[in-house]
Amino acid sequence: MSILIIVMALEILMILGSIIALEAKNLLTAVISMGIVGFGLTLGFLCLQAPDLAIVQIVVETLTLIILIAAILKTTGEDTSEEWGKSRVILYQAISCFVIIFLFFLYRGINYLPPFGAPIMRMSTPYLEKGLSSTGAANIVAAVILDFRGYDTLGEATVLFTAVMGVLAVMRKIGRKTNL
Amino acid sequence: MTNKPINSNKNSGMSLIVKTISRLISGLIFLYGIYIVAHGHLTPGGGFGGGMILASSFILMVLSLGSERKLSERFKLNSSLAESLGILIFWFLAIFGLILGSIFFLNFLGKGRPFHLLSGGIIPLCNIGIGLEVAGAISAVFIIFIIWKEKGE
Repeated sequence: MSILIIVMALEILMILGSIIALEAKNLLTAVISMGIVGFGLTLGFLCLQAPDLAIVQIVVETLTLIILIAAILKTTGEDTSEEWGKSRVILYQAISCFVIIFLFFLYRGINYLPPFGAPIMRMSTPYLEKGLSSTGAANIVAAVILDFRGYDTLGEATVLFTAVMGVLAVMRKIGRKTNL
Repeated sequence: MTNKPINSNKNSGMSLIVKTISRLISGLIFLYGIYIVAHGHLTPGGGFGGGMILASSFILMVLSLGSERKLSERFKLNSSLAESLGILIFWFLAIFGLILGSIFFLNFLGKGRPFHLLSGGIIPLCNIGIGLEVAGAISAVFIIFIIWKEKGE
């Protein structure tokens, strides 16, 4: 129960960070507030006993923060988006309508959800029971992502490879028609 | 030691203190990444997280020590080679299962003793492939941006 309170406090902190990131005029403030979201997510993963995700999240968050800060230090760092004026009122009305509809259906559906920390174990119980004996890997996460769900990971790795191939092709030197 | 003033050239990296410290710790970060990748089937971590740590040691070196044009080009070539090698290892492991046991992604190696380094069949090898791929991919993207920035100046 105490873990639930910690996670909820982290969630409130992350929501506050993202609101600050949206509203800040200085882009450096916005990027650092986005860092609050990322590192809060890392702490949340640790509290929910998912160290695999926490390791990946903290490294990715640090790298993206460094790259974004480097990009901002290179530029002016000012938020150049224009004020919307009257259309902002309509936007707020639309957002409130959406939130009300969402809360209505959330209230209808929340009774049918399993309670927090007690998911439906129809699919994962066999994995947990047979994970070690059928794959030989002590880390159940590795057993799932590389043996039971290997196709998924293969697709993920291929997506990453294709993305980097795209970056290499766009930012190449040879064969460009204009010099940038 | 050179007599040039620090940061006379924009691509010469950061100050001497930062350079010394990053020379000391980047090797440790690299070793930790190798540990995370190699023990992916025993402890938390694995190819994705370990690959990111491996890439971050390279990125630390490039950011602190600065980048030279020829070195950057060679680094870009090597990291895209590592990336391609990683994805090839992963795909060939999947296809070997198809050849040896007529099932795609078959775990064709022995299970080994649990909780030992040599266990889990092809899972450690897949982790090494993914680690190489992720490390190469992140380093390649980073060094492409560095080369692009140098060219613009």
